[in-house]
Amino acid sequence: MIGDLPLSVLIASVLAASAPLIIIALGETLTEKSGVINLSLDGTVLFAAMAAFVVAKETDSLALGFLAGGCAGTLTGIIVGYLSIYLHLSQVAVGFALSLLCRDLAYFLGNPYSRIQGPTLLATKLPFYDSLPHFLQNILTQPFTVVAALSLIAILWYFFNSSKSGLELRSVGENPAAAFARGLNPDRIQMVAVLSGSFLVGIGGAAYSLSFKPGWGRPQGAEGIGWIALALVIFGGWHPLRVALGAMLFAFLQVSGIGLQSIFPSIPAQVFQTAPFPLMICTLILMHYSTRKSHKSGLSRSRLQKWLTLLFVSRAPKSLGKSYRQD
Amino acid sequence: MKRLGLDILLGSLLVFSFTSLVLLAAGAPVFAAFHNIWLGSFASSMKLSQVLSVWIPLILCSCGLLFTFRANLWNIGIEGQVIMGAIGAMAVLRIEALSSPLLILPLAFLAAMTGGGIWGLLAGLLKTRGGVHEIFGGLGLNFVSQGFILWLIFGPWKRPGIASMSGTELLSHKFWLSYLPGWRVTFAGLLTAVVVLLLTWLLLEKSRLGLKLKAIGQNPRAALLYDISPEKYYLLSIILAGACAGMAGFLQITAVYHRLIPSISSGYGYLGLLLVMLAGYRIGPVPFLALFFASLNVGAIQLPIVLQLDSALSGVIQGCCVLSALFIMGLRLRRKNR
Repeated sequence: MIGDLPLSVLIASVLAASAPLIIIALGETLTEKSGVINLSLDGTVLFAAMAAFVVAKETDSLALGFLAGGCAGTLTGIIVGYLSIYLHLSQVAVGFALSLLCRDLAYFLGNPYSRIQGPTLLATKLPFYDSLPHFLQNILTQPFTVVAALSLIAILWYFFNSSKSGLELRSVGENPAAAFARGLNPDRIQMVAVLSGSFLVGIGGAAYSLSFKPGWGRPQGAEGIGWIALALVIFGGWHPLRVALGAMLFAFLQVSGIGLQSIFPSIPAQVFQTAPFPLMICTLILMHYSTRKSHKSGLSRSRLQKWLTLLFVSRAPKSLGKSYRQD
Repeated sequence: MKRLGLDILLGSLLVFSFTSLVLLAAGAPVFAAFHNIWLGSFASSMKLSQVLSVWIPLILCSCGLLFTFRANLWNIGIEGQVIMGAIGAMAVLRIEALSSPLLILPLAFLAAMTGGGIWGLLAGLLKTRGGVHEIFGGLGLNFVSQGFILWLIFGPWKRPGIASMSGTELLSHKFWLSYLPGWRVTFAGLLTAVVVLLLTWLLLEKSRLGLKLKAIGQNPRAALLYDISPEKYYLLSIILAGACAGMAGFLQITAVYHRLIPSISSGYGYLGLLLVMLAGYRIGPVPFLALFFASLNVGAIQLPIVLQLDSALSGVIQGCCVLSALFIMGLRLRRKNR
């Protein structure tokens, strides 16, 4: 299809490449649904990846490594949450400074662990592996992170749409003052959303250094992923399934970049790796226009337009990025 | 005034204790690390000129960012604007028909400003016309320019024979800006930085432009009622920022590296963002903070050799400075509101 990759290998590698990204982007979705932007993602991912690798290496336990990644993520969440929710500082400013700080902290503390072998989460064969057709064998033999990422989509979907606490979280993201009047505590709900969101981001970071791009180094390979995840949340219209689909699309572009590399050997690999970014911008522009059109045009729409609307129209949580002050 | 002094003292204490903790966590000698950064940046005139040659692009980026921050724009694309400035300069410097440095250097300077300015304008148009937030537009353009510079270095502009990450061929010596006698800093670079600093101060504090940018930044809708078009001033501020960044790109080529390398921007754009935030978006503290940041950057260079520590320590200190400043500001605001 692209280069000489068979289809089943392509699907398998897209799934594997998208799993950490899905976890990170869904973590940020959870945070943003409550009205807080955590812009520190790029640094957080690296910091968590470093912490996870170091702990996994020292204790020789993958589980502890993932836990350490999650805790590292939560730690940055505490800072973002406290400074922006309780001290009402600009979420963008705090997030950006923290992003650079965490990145450099990861490089500094991880330096002694650069380029060494450590424990790696391998793809697990299913118990009924032998009875599967060859095509499915390729696709379904995946590390545990893929299962986690896919089930996270369903869990978040259920949480936002069918659970009481999900509804409360969304109401805080839309209108904190009204939520307060209904007896909720917006500050606390936002803080919980930031902490659990950044925990997921940390797990996603750990999935990089322990599974998808095993090991630590400068550069690790997860650079820029946090920014992608932030764009994916917008691209996905704050909807778990669409965010995840966006992550898979991005992973597909990266994987096919590797395939294209063999067709155009004169172009350095790094150029292909940057290709998804301009594509992301184009999609954002497209989204802007289709969202605007759907506001203008009335009810009568063709089926195609309906699909386009479903794909591209999105609306941010109303109080996203705004600081709420309880009187 | 007394409170400001107290804040600075408190902030330094926070930064110092956090950095010490980090150093302890890495099992590094705390005092030796600080001492080495100090030695690495101020021990000799050689080191000091290195600090100044970092100070120049930092000043240029920060001045550009002051314009965009005044209009309440987050010009994260400044990194790409530096790169496109460098590419613009290099494109002119490579024209073989022109050989007189007196002609080609000013042309390259203009090309760099144009390159950076256009890249800024693109991010601006993405915001005003395309509905893409300037943070994502800017980031996307950063990655595009990174891909573009790599393609140039490995493709059309590669060194004869081998293409490598070490960059293009060295420029002919007549295009190198000359150093101040006894120093390794160019006079032209210092002059540019000081002039841009003064112009920025004049434009922002003493002209109607500064006032209008402020109006847009604080309340774009009200500004519209006063017949100030937000789009026009958004674009103007980001073009100015891009032009300043382009100058930094020009100097990185003609005064520092004398060739195009993949990391030509050296992260000075992002560092400029931190610096302006730390300066509270005011121009007054910028030159001094730029000196501080530059000395950290240069001082940390020898850490890997002397103490086997990663030079990212400078970034840790810089990021921590900004977060501490924000933290203290937040505490003060909270107390005031009570």
